[in-house]
Amino acid sequence: MSAAATVGRRGFLKTSAAVGGGLLVSWYGPHLGAMGDTVSAEGKDFAINAFVRIGTDETVTVIAAHSEMGQGVYTSLPMLLNEELQADWSKVKVEAAPVDKVYNHPVFGMQMTGGSTTSAAEWERYRKMGAVARVMLIQAAAKQWNVGPETCEAKDGVVIQRTSNKRATYGSLASAAAQLTPPVDVKLKNPKDFTLVGKPTRRLDTPSKTNGTAQFGLDVHVPGMLTAVVMRAPVFGGRVTKIDATETLKIPGVKAVEQVPSGVAVIAERFWPAKLGREKLNVEWDLGPNASLSTEQMLRDFSTMGKTPGTIAKKAGDPAAALQAAAKTITAEYDVPYLAHAMMEPLNCVVDLRADSCEIWTGTQFETVDRANAAKVAGLAPEKVQIHTTLLGGGFGRRANPASDFVVEAVHVAKAAKAPVKVVWTREDDLKGGWYRPMWHDQFVAGFDAEGNPTVWTHTIVGQSIMEGTLFEGFIKNGIDGASVEGAADLIYGLPNLQVDLHSPKIGVPVQWWRSVGHSHTGFSVESFFDEVAHAGGKDPYELRRKLLANQPRMLAVLDLAAKKANWGSKLPDGVGRGIAAHFSFDSYVAQVVEASVEKNGEVRVHRVVCALDCGRVINPDTVKAQMEGGIIFGLTAALKTEITLKDGRVEQNNFNDYQMLRMFESPEIEVYLVPSTENPTGVGEPGVPPVAPALVNAIFACTGKRIRRLPIRSSDLA
Amino acid sequence: MTSFFLNGKSVQVDVDPSTPLLWVLRDSLEMTGTKFGCGMALCGACTVHLDGRAIRSCVAPLSRVASKRVTTIEGLSDNLTHPLQKAWIELDVPQCGYCQSGQIMSAAVLLAENSKPTDKDIDEAMSGNICRCGTYPRIRKAIHRAAVLAGEGRPR
Repeated sequence: MSAAATVGRRGFLKTSAAVGGGLLVSWYGPHLGAMGDTVSAEGKDFAINAFVRIGTDETVTVIAAHSEMGQGVYTSLPMLLNEELQADWSKVKVEAAPVDKVYNHPVFGMQMTGGSTTSAAEWERYRKMGAVARVMLIQAAAKQWNVGPETCEAKDGVVIQRTSNKRATYGSLASAAAQLTPPVDVKLKNPKDFTLVGKPTRRLDTPSKTNGTAQFGLDVHVPGMLTAVVMRAPVFGGRVTKIDATETLKIPGVKAVEQVPSGVAVIAERFWPAKLGREKLNVEWDLGPNASLSTEQMLRDFSTMGKTPGTIAKKAGDPAAALQAAAKTITAEYDVPYLAHAMMEPLNCVVDLRADSCEIWTGTQFETVDRANAAKVAGLAPEKVQIHTTLLGGGFGRRANPASDFVVEAVHVAKAAKAPVKVVWTREDDLKGGWYRPMWHDQFVAGFDAEGNPTVWTHTIVGQSIMEGTLFEGFIKNGIDGASVEGAADLIYGLPNLQVDLHSPKIGVPVQWWRSVGHSHTGFSVESFFDEVAHAGGKDPYELRRKLLANQPRMLAVLDLAAKKANWGSKLPDGVGRGIAAHFSFDSYVAQVVEASVEKNGEVRVHRVVCALDCGRVINPDTVKAQMEGGIIFGLTAALKTEITLKDGRVEQNNFNDYQMLRMFESPEIEVYLVPSTENPTGVGEPGVPPVAPALVNAIFACTGKRIRRLPIRSSDLA
Repeated sequence: MTSFFLNGKSVQVDVDPSTPLLWVLRDSLEMTGTKFGCGMALCGACTVHLDGRAIRSCVAPLSRVASKRVTTIEGLSDNLTHPLQKAWIELDVPQCGYCQSGQIMSAAVLLAENSKPTDKDIDEAMSGNICRCGTYPRIRKAIHRAAVLAGEGRPR
């Protein structure tokens, strides 16, 4: 390989075409997409390309095509760009992109944040955009000095002419650079020469998140804005039949009560009267076909369904014959519940709808989809809809809704309010509002040879498809929603006979991606059952994994690293058990070891979690570690605390009293180790979640001999 | 009309005195650093100081703060110089950041009352504050770090 990668015109064209047909020129001109020059108190900002503006005050503003929901992209994207731009890092700021196809996800072809893909998808584009801008700044300086650009170099926000030692700052060159034709070829640095990427770098958004100035959707104020809360049906799919707003309208500050497709909106001057008004509202409902839904019944139905053949998602070898020939077989059934995302910032959306425009402020992961859905309701062309992406007070997938539920509803309310309006969801609205991680049931059969080695593994999965009925339905191939079987159909262990079946029952509970998606159930069930297989065959769970990962060197390396750092096999204090799990997701390899114990009353104590990760090249190591820490706590919350259950079609949970989060005193020691890699970056936001629940139940088995097969873990299971 | 002191300045608001302080701060005074998370004193996102003690502003009616001193995250320091803010930045504590105003305000009372908190002290003071992103390990480290920074700043 050459010392510097050469990126040719074809590369640009190819990338450009992949982002949804954006014209090459639209990447570079001074007025690109919706991004133009801006004037501020500090001076004038010039758009060098759609991804970076440089100000006369030397400020460098990087335009983030992805939303910041805690995962750190408002720092990692500027780092990528500035690795090539070589501006003074202390002058770099970040700004959310407007909605424009130039900001479409390079792989998914729409503007969005999700699937733990930002680093992988932007690894080249942001560096290229930085390199293009640097070349243009050098050209502008060379032109000014009447010298060849090859005699100049750029560093720390200054262009220097080598022989004369003339200097010009980026800010002084920005205006001229913005007028130049962008270069066709740019050379990107060899990663070994990186000075920023890969180095622990403080997040750009931290100061604003420690003094109250960070602006989330809920913090947006628009002149003349009203606030609304919506009473939604008590059962999914229910419809309003009668509204009595008499008492509501008596509350001072309540302006109007309006029916919208999702329910009844109480529109008030501020949040508090809106909430009080909703408490006084009398609405009658036609509950529709979901009024008899019950979790208990669904558990029974799923278990029955799991004993019948489903659609085959994966078949290797001859599982039926292998089971016949097995010296021994074991079976197990696993269950996990519906889960709400429960971001700390409840959903909200501000809409200012005018005759020929619609302006929206919200924390979203799904700009292109939201704009299209909002435009339909507003009766406007999508270009007439502007979305201001704010910071997200957590996303976890909920703010990437294929139906744009919280945005569409707010446009309906704004239409009815005939004024700018902020729709606020309460915590109860959030928990009862659906779009959950599906409830899943997993059944396994494993067969062994006479030496206790597994020879066959069958896995039947029962649960709703998250794609079905959405604009992503086309991704369902041959009856298989890949998100239902990920982490199972692509089982990483080398087993000669494997079968994975899928049942996708249709149930009237809206479901959606939830941090780690399908892996959130397959990670748990597969890695727990693997532990059962190891014990049933008389093998050490770590050693059996090692053996069956012989052809998976990257997974083997993280497994070994986690085991080594956790001192696998060493003696633990009495009553403490150790469990291990490994899971491949979002193209990253993660292994975790949990140390846990169980109190006499059945309460679980998680003492320590050791995590090893291979996510390819790392952009900001500390952020990657933070994502593992956060993913582990997110996964432990699912393992120990949360479930959404239904009775008579109604969600039984209300608030953080009965949908409890892991808290500080329950938070274990967490150690994170990164495997150095020269592979391209892969996912970080989600892969930390799947292994922790199985590692925990495996640890519980190690210290109690009790096998947990249903989440959340109940103290009654262990008392 | 209800009067109270907000971050050292006298303010008057003409709002129903039963309105929770949280919504007075956010909607009437446009001080949005204090966050809404649950409305039931379950998550701590709305934590502010009332005469130096941590309260959950989502369940504190405006009448309760009449004539009293309220400090919000905006009033913690003028320029990110509070030891907790310094430690939070040094250790890059926040992820999404939404709960952090409440976390910092709870931690500020802990440090004011206990200049060298143990892990157990931190557990007790901070377990009313939920962080969905799971920044607890860093919050713990940052409180210890802030205790050191505060000690350095103190005259010997």
